[in-house]
Amino acid sequence: MRRISYLKAINEAIQEEMERDNNVFVIGEDVGEYGGVWGALRGIYEKYGAMRAQDTPISESGIIGLATGAAMAGLRPVAEIMYMDFLTTCMDPVVNQAAKADLMSGWQLKIPMVIRTQYGIGTREASQHSQSLEAWFMHTPGLKVVVPSNPYDAKGLLKASIRDDTPVIFMENRLLYNDIQDVPEGTWEIPLGKAKIVHEGEQITIVSYGHALKKVINALNEFNEISAELIDLRTLVPMDIDTIIESVKKTGRILIAHDAVEKCGAGAEIVRLVIEKAFDYLDAEPLVCGGLGVPTPFSGKLEDICMLRTEAIVGKIQYLLTGII
Amino acid sequence: MLTRMQKIQMLKSMMIIREFEALIKKLYKEGDVEGAIHCYTGEEAVAVGVCNALRKDDYIFSTHRGHGHAIAKGCSIKKVFAELMGRETGLCKGMGGSMHLFDIENGLMGGNGIVGGGIPLSLGTAYASKYKGSDRVTVCFFSEGASNQGTFNESINMAALWKLPLIFVCENNLFAATTPSYKTLSHPDIAKRADGYSIPGIIADGNHVLDVYEKTCKAVNRAREGEGPTLIECKTYRVEGHCMVLKDLPQHRPKQEVEGWADKDPIDILEKELMQDEGLEKDIREQLYKEIQQEFNEAVQYAKTSPFPDINEFMKIANSRYQLCEE
Repeated sequence: MRRISYLKAINEAIQEEMERDNNVFVIGEDVGEYGGVWGALRGIYEKYGAMRAQDTPISESGIIGLATGAAMAGLRPVAEIMYMDFLTTCMDPVVNQAAKADLMSGWQLKIPMVIRTQYGIGTREASQHSQSLEAWFMHTPGLKVVVPSNPYDAKGLLKASIRDDTPVIFMENRLLYNDIQDVPEGTWEIPLGKAKIVHEGEQITIVSYGHALKKVINALNEFNEISAELIDLRTLVPMDIDTIIESVKKTGRILIAHDAVEKCGAGAEIVRLVIEKAFDYLDAEPLVCGGLGVPTPFSGKLEDICMLRTEAIVGKIQYLLTGII
Repeated sequence: MLTRMQKIQMLKSMMIIREFEALIKKLYKEGDVEGAIHCYTGEEAVAVGVCNALRKDDYIFSTHRGHGHAIAKGCSIKKVFAELMGRETGLCKGMGGSMHLFDIENGLMGGNGIVGGGIPLSLGTAYASKYKGSDRVTVCFFSEGASNQGTFNESINMAALWKLPLIFVCENNLFAATTPSYKTLSHPDIAKRADGYSIPGIIADGNHVLDVYEKTCKAVNRAREGEGPTLIECKTYRVEGHCMVLKDLPQHRPKQEVEGWADKDPIDILEKELMQDEGLEKDIREQLYKEIQQEFNEAVQYAKTSPFPDINEFMKIANSRYQLCEE
């Protein structure tokens, strides 16, 4: 099998879908000749031309509004929003328009569109380039939220997202772009809404997704002997809650780790579902480990204590297993 | 050139919209229609003039004040009534309501509860036409209120930049909710802004349906020929308050202004012109009125006797679309 990067996997998924379906096009700032500021779209403009690799002004509402309208007319846009933080400037087209148009039209319309964006913290870019805003979109009925943690998933999940008939927020992470992995060629996809059990275990369930998963793996390596069941959610909406509940019923303990701040986050939502569905199986209180609930400060020394930290994950795992802080 | 029959049809369309709004107000007071209702009374010439310049397969994006657009674009009246009464047989199966009327078959791509929300969406259908090499044009209706949203600048710039087949129709009705436009516009003419984007900006008499029609035809031709967008500002007047529950402050409705606009009623203007130029019979309006009332009686009867949406059916779709099962 050949090994490719996360970035290459994204590029391949898009090119394969563009090849397969003439209605698929990419649009966003710097996505034409430049190939996207992250380089995810290199070669697409040269191969498919400007209409299918459309550079835009810095007009996020225009980009996402256009994508939504184009989806109404039967196209399958894949829009790029450079940083997830910038989605705040186009919340109306995402939340009030794209997410709702199919229902409001009495199901006359489908809105097949993907908003590729990238999120995360740890690159000394301060408050407005460091957020993980998945919870806002999970909170809006009508959107799917996908967060691949590795190149294989990035390709398979992106292909499924492009083929999906509803709006998908596809969250990439710049710290994962250069990761390399075996990624098979050919026609395949990973269904949305199916979590992956990274490895099975008996003592504790750990749920994570995206870049945070790496920190969880680092944390687990700190333990000499531990039997942890590690679940990579892959998609937050739809959420594969069954896999989580099955695991909790077995282990009796759960920790959810994500880059986003803990307050009202994806972890809090999972805790709600676990309490509702598996309360009697719990041997300890469900815990969440996330970023500190502050705007991210610039200085590296301060940023480091604000992000999801491996040591904090280790501490919470230890507490869940032993009851000792 | 429009035929006599076509002009009479335009007169009738404007009367239908006028009577529709009158009847909706009555049905609202009687409790048959609920929710937020924004009447198009007095602005009929804009929707009718614009939509008569379009084909059935051309796209329009409407607003929260959208009944007139839906009717002028050819939507079934009985389905619009049924939608406003929240019935299964409504245009959107009772899921959109007054502010969100969609009728894809007739090119109505939705009203919008967000002022200025439809403007960037209209880029999308226009982009799709260019993408597919189709000559379908898109009209985006919005108000002078929406012209102050950022989406207006973003969208008109992109449309001009890429010469999209898009016509921006600003219905300048002089009010944004309860605020008169002299308090919100730095310059009273929205059309002037077109200069900044190097596209034509045209002012039409929004109470004169033939003026709106002719100016839209030019813009449509230009768009179909691939020459890009036009901004048409239709000067008109919102005769009613913003909605059923918001009344205007008396100082914002000076008697002279109200009476001045009453003298410019779009239906009266066309009727008078038709009498002068086409020898229209004196009682034509009476005849049309009777026809409309007959149609409306049937349509309201249809809506009132239609079932409400089925809860089980809704939950079945909702479970799969919104993954409620995982809850």
